[in-house]
Amino acid sequence: MMPPQTAGAMTFDSPPSHPKLWLDAVNEWFTTVDHKRIGMLYIGYALVFLLIAGLEAAVMRIQLAVPNNHFVSPQVFNRMFTMHGTTMVFFVGMPILFGFGNYLIPLMIGARDMAFPRLNAFSFWISAFGGLLLYFSFIGGDGLYGAGTAPDVGWFAYAPLTAKLFSPGHSTDYWILGVFLSGIGSVGTALNIVTTIVCMRCKGMTMARMPLLPWLYLVTSAMVFIAIGPLTAAQMMLGFDRFLGAHFFDVQAGGSAVLWMHFFWIFGHPEVYILVLPAFAFANEIIPVFSRKPIFGYSAMVGATVLIGFISLGVWAHHMFTVGLGPAGNTFFTLATMIISVPTGIKIFNWLATLWGGKIRFATPMIFSIAFLFQFLIAGLTGIMLSAAPFDWQLGNSYFVVAHFHFVLVGAILYMIFAAFYYWFPKMSGKMLSETLGKWHFWLFTIGFHLTFDFMHIPGLMGMPRRIYTYEADRGWAVWNMIESIGMIFQAAAILIFVWNVVRSYRHGEEAGPDPWDAWTLEWSTASPPPHYNFAEEPVVHSRRPLWDLKHPQAPDSDYE
Amino acid sequence: MSLALFLALHDMDDMPAGHAMTAMQTHESWWRRAIQWVTGLFSTPTSIFSPQATPAHTIFSLSMLVLAITLAIFLAVAGLMLYAIIRFRHRAGDSNADPTQVYGSNQIEVLWTVIPILILVVLFLSTARVISVNEQARKPANALDVVVIGHQYWWEYRYPASGVVTANELHLPASDPKAPTPTYMTMSSADVDHSFWVPNLAGKMDLIPNKVNVMWIDPHKPGLYLGQCAQYCGTAHAKMLIRVYVDSPADFAKWIAHQKMAAEDDPAAAEGRLAFEHTACVNCHTVNGTSAKGKFGPDLTHLASRDTIASGAIRNTPQNLRQWIDDPNSMKPGSLMPKMNLSSHELDAITAYMVSLR
Repeated sequence: MMPPQTAGAMTFDSPPSHPKLWLDAVNEWFTTVDHKRIGMLYIGYALVFLLIAGLEAAVMRIQLAVPNNHFVSPQVFNRMFTMHGTTMVFFVGMPILFGFGNYLIPLMIGARDMAFPRLNAFSFWISAFGGLLLYFSFIGGDGLYGAGTAPDVGWFAYAPLTAKLFSPGHSTDYWILGVFLSGIGSVGTALNIVTTIVCMRCKGMTMARMPLLPWLYLVTSAMVFIAIGPLTAAQMMLGFDRFLGAHFFDVQAGGSAVLWMHFFWIFGHPEVYILVLPAFAFANEIIPVFSRKPIFGYSAMVGATVLIGFISLGVWAHHMFTVGLGPAGNTFFTLATMIISVPTGIKIFNWLATLWGGKIRFATPMIFSIAFLFQFLIAGLTGIMLSAAPFDWQLGNSYFVVAHFHFVLVGAILYMIFAAFYYWFPKMSGKMLSETLGKWHFWLFTIGFHLTFDFMHIPGLMGMPRRIYTYEADRGWAVWNMIESIGMIFQAAAILIFVWNVVRSYRHGEEAGPDPWDAWTLEWSTASPPPHYNFAEEPVVHSRRPLWDLKHPQAPDSDYE
Repeated sequence: MSLALFLALHDMDDMPAGHAMTAMQTHESWWRRAIQWVTGLFSTPTSIFSPQATPAHTIFSLSMLVLAITLAIFLAVAGLMLYAIIRFRHRAGDSNADPTQVYGSNQIEVLWTVIPILILVVLFLSTARVISVNEQARKPANALDVVVIGHQYWWEYRYPASGVVTANELHLPASDPKAPTPTYMTMSSADVDHSFWVPNLAGKMDLIPNKVNVMWIDPHKPGLYLGQCAQYCGTAHAKMLIRVYVDSPADFAKWIAHQKMAAEDDPAAAEGRLAFEHTACVNCHTVNGTSAKGKFGPDLTHLASRDTIASGAIRNTPQNLRQWIDDPNSMKPGSLMPKMNLSSHELDAITAYMVSLR
């Protein structure tokens, strides 16, 4: 590791300290409008939900380990996959990505906070309340009489299964309200991120000099504006159906089940890219630093991101190849979906070119990023298979699809979240995470991930549909399901090591210093953890890598860009 | 890639069972057995890689092309990545000086934009052709029409030409590829979304209430083809199985003729018939030629001619039937058929009546 650079790390003297009461600390966290604290609240909250959703996945894997198992009842299994999916997308993926965005964007663009600090706090707390409301359904879903229950309609909650007739009680109402509130929070944060990036960049930071992370968050946030609207509208319509006797999705009264699918997926597919662009953003920061080279093709990366943003709004019906769209619809959405692989490919090739000719250091953030590259490549290729409508008529709604999107959501997004965590934890806490435990975490998780999700493709090809609580013994799916379930044990062990690493390193970790990775963007120019005002003086930048310029005054980037 | 291996092995699927155990057994037979064991892992009645009808065949050919192209891309790109991380790793003795800083190259960007576009053109055109072949095929005059209606959690099949109504076990005539007699299925749902998926015959098609979808199949060989509902439809979704019996045209004609007949009135089962007709069974079930005209549950006119009950979940034996009538939810949790609290005597009688409905 290079000696820490101290450029700009000057801080004001802290005010005279006095012993802080425990309650004061809680009060500070509850009332904070500091982007860094809100970011960490988002991340902490998401990690708690990650553990809960992981437990739900474990219940499913135990149930499916052998055919005709009776570990849980069908009702419980159906709640588990509904809650697992909903939680992972809305209460793990979204908050953790917004958390990193909140924490990093002002620091990376040389600002002292987000544009709207109070809106920021509101967005977090309303999303957090949404998550609590969703989970309250475990006790409140049936009213308070009888056993508790939770939503069991699947995370995309297809009509008319969500109608009062087929989903009595209140579990579906909790699903509507919980996700609805998280949507409000997402739009608030997206608005904040866009405004911050457009208005609050430091002196010298033109859009063309902005690091790629804020660029990708800009595109993601713009997509949130467009995507969340249809979801919220659909949830209101469904609420009207359930409470006020409207007939949007009431097929008995001429409503349309397909209407819900269109509304949901015009949100749902951009949502995948909303989640994956921040993961790309982390890769764009981490891969160059550990290859010791600038990102290859900065402008191509920005262009590809903007293209992905636009095209992703026009591919939603590839989730609906089997609902009878007709040949014209199926052909159009096949084409649109295939086209999106071009800008995605450009990204993979640019990362590869960034590695090329570098001096790659295999610190924990980097090994997670390298695994991400391979796994995202596979996810992209199975995505191409699914984009061919006739192939999708076989693969759609099978375990092949489940394997495919877990390669995206876990193999790509969760891996980059881990990478980001190992990379920026020193900045957030001032302490390094243990490299030894980090590598244990990586290898155990990778073994588990591949046992579970590589082998999950096979029963899909062999005719196993998703969302079944059990399966027939004569179908030949048992071996593969057993292997998948064994993989879950490795993943669980890895997550425990991760949690232990965080707790232990926070208490006894090595001091990080302002710039432990010898990196180049502005967040590394201030202390770790940064003071609440971030920078004592507003930074001035002349290139995309301001710290490179400081460290190499004889050959600054500004001469080459 | 396990897939390539899978495909190679799949071709050996037709090897006679126990081949390795013949008198010609030699010292090398262990690997034959190993191969058979591995082949066994992949043998399943519901693989998408053993197409038995034209739609499944066209999809299979397309999938081979797509798999070959994606496999080639994977090997090329993953190979380059692997090379890069090994070749350009920071080695123990290396200096700490940073490598040459390279910022990008427009020529290379153009290269890796254009090549994928060319590959996509091939993929897209091949895909569009298969979409058209499947969805714009002209319906021949001699096609058989079947109406398929999805219910929580069973299948209703109606044959408009003959007036036959049955449930859960679909019978079709085999279709000679030289003179095809395909079956056109008009599909809808009585309640929530379902999806009809028999991987050996075709891709899936959803059954959606208030919407009519059409799919066609032309099974080439007689036999039993399995599948199951592929759109989550509620508690018992996993037990909404599909059984397609493909008969020779002569057998199919016989089957239709038999199903057209009114229910058998076996005097030995008269007591059970009385009990059946005096309970709420008749609100949901139809037995042709009797007062039972319910529409909510499966038609029972020829129940005893079926191999299974509960949408393929349970074998149709008198013992199973009796337990099913006694408490459906104990055998198929989530089933909408209620427990009728029948006495043991009534159960025996109604079971006997059901068994008589040949």
